[in-house]
Amino acid sequence: MPEVHIRKIATQIEEIFHEFGPPPERPLLRGAIIAVIANPFAGGYVADIAPFMEDLKPLGLSMARRLLADLGGDPARIEGYGKGAIIGAAGELEHGALWHAPGGYSMREVLGAPKAIVPSTKKVGAAGARLDVPITHINASYVRSHFDSIEVGLNDAPRANELAFVLAMTTGPRVHNRSLGLAADAITGEDGLR
Amino acid sequence: MTVEIRKIAVWVEETHTEMGRPIVPPTRKAVAVAVIKNPFAGRYVEDLTLLMDMGAELGALLGERCVAALGIEPAQAQSYGKAAMVGEGGELEHAAALLHPKMGAPLRLAVEKGAALVPSSKKMGGPGQDLDVPLGHKDAAYVRSHFDAMTVRLADAPRAGEIMVAVAVTDSGRPLPRVGGLTHAEALGKDGLR
Repeated sequence: MPEVHIRKIATQIEEIFHEFGPPPERPLLRGAIIAVIANPFAGGYVADIAPFMEDLKPLGLSMARRLLADLGGDPARIEGYGKGAIIGAAGELEHGALWHAPGGYSMREVLGAPKAIVPSTKKVGAAGARLDVPITHINASYVRSHFDSIEVGLNDAPRANELAFVLAMTTGPRVHNRSLGLAADAITGEDGLR
Repeated sequence: MTVEIRKIAVWVEETHTEMGRPIVPPTRKAVAVAVIKNPFAGRYVEDLTLLMDMGAELGALLGERCVAALGIEPAQAQSYGKAAMVGEGGELEHAAALLHPKMGAPLRLAVEKGAALVPSSKKMGGPGQDLDVPLGHKDAAYVRSHFDAMTVRLADAPRAGEIMVAVAVTDSGRPLPRVGGLTHAEALGKDGLR
């Protein structure tokens, strides 16, 4: 299968002190990493694309490790995660779906095998397209305080024949969360949902 | 500390290939943004000293954040730039007060030296709006390979009573510079121009 050709890696770390309410003891960190790679399937329909997922695993792992490092390096501090993909215009939506396994499992490997599914979003877009990457609690998808998102994008990517793959992590709930629902300290953390 | 910061965001971009050509080592640029409360939103205030002092604090803070994000020694910084976007409750002059009178000296400490003018841009804007931060060589403004820019954008800032303040620092120029002019290696860095 094709090699992974990286054109660009970008990181984005937000440190949120407050949003006009009482500041938390530690600021919330919300981060994302984007890899812009060549789309080996751009320009025409290719039936057998699934083996590329295997090729993407090392990229996923290196991205997850780097994002974790940028957020302080302690896996125990990561409470939310998400992932996404923007497919350049010469590709198809299905190419973005190749990121589900290598993107999700790389974060799970780095974070000590959390239980919840990694929420995701994907779209075909031009250079400069923005993607709102959904974020949920790493062990229980129904934890309401941790529903969040981070907006990412690069003014020069993805070009038509590129893919932009994204991983996102947070260190806690929304900064002034108070909309009730399942609380992080009330989860059983067994089925990934509650 | 006189600056009231709601959030800090830091982006790093690495370019590994461009137009199919490997960039070794990758070019790297960082930009740090502080979203601050505008103490003068909603009213005309003649004396902008407070914002000028905040500019000094932010020059140090954001310059240091960029250097840390690049993982370099201050002396390895090659280019820099600054910009501000004022939420609708403020006026353009507030950006000027932050950027021009006092920001430069502490920023130059953070990147060591900095004989050249720090290129800048400013505008009024709202949440989700792009701000393009110009970049120029930090010791010799005529180094042509280092004229560049970085785009920053936060979905939730600046709100009406806020100002987004950005500082960008690189350890390199454009990925494939080939339009001639003074080079980084040739620059004397004494008069800030050549």
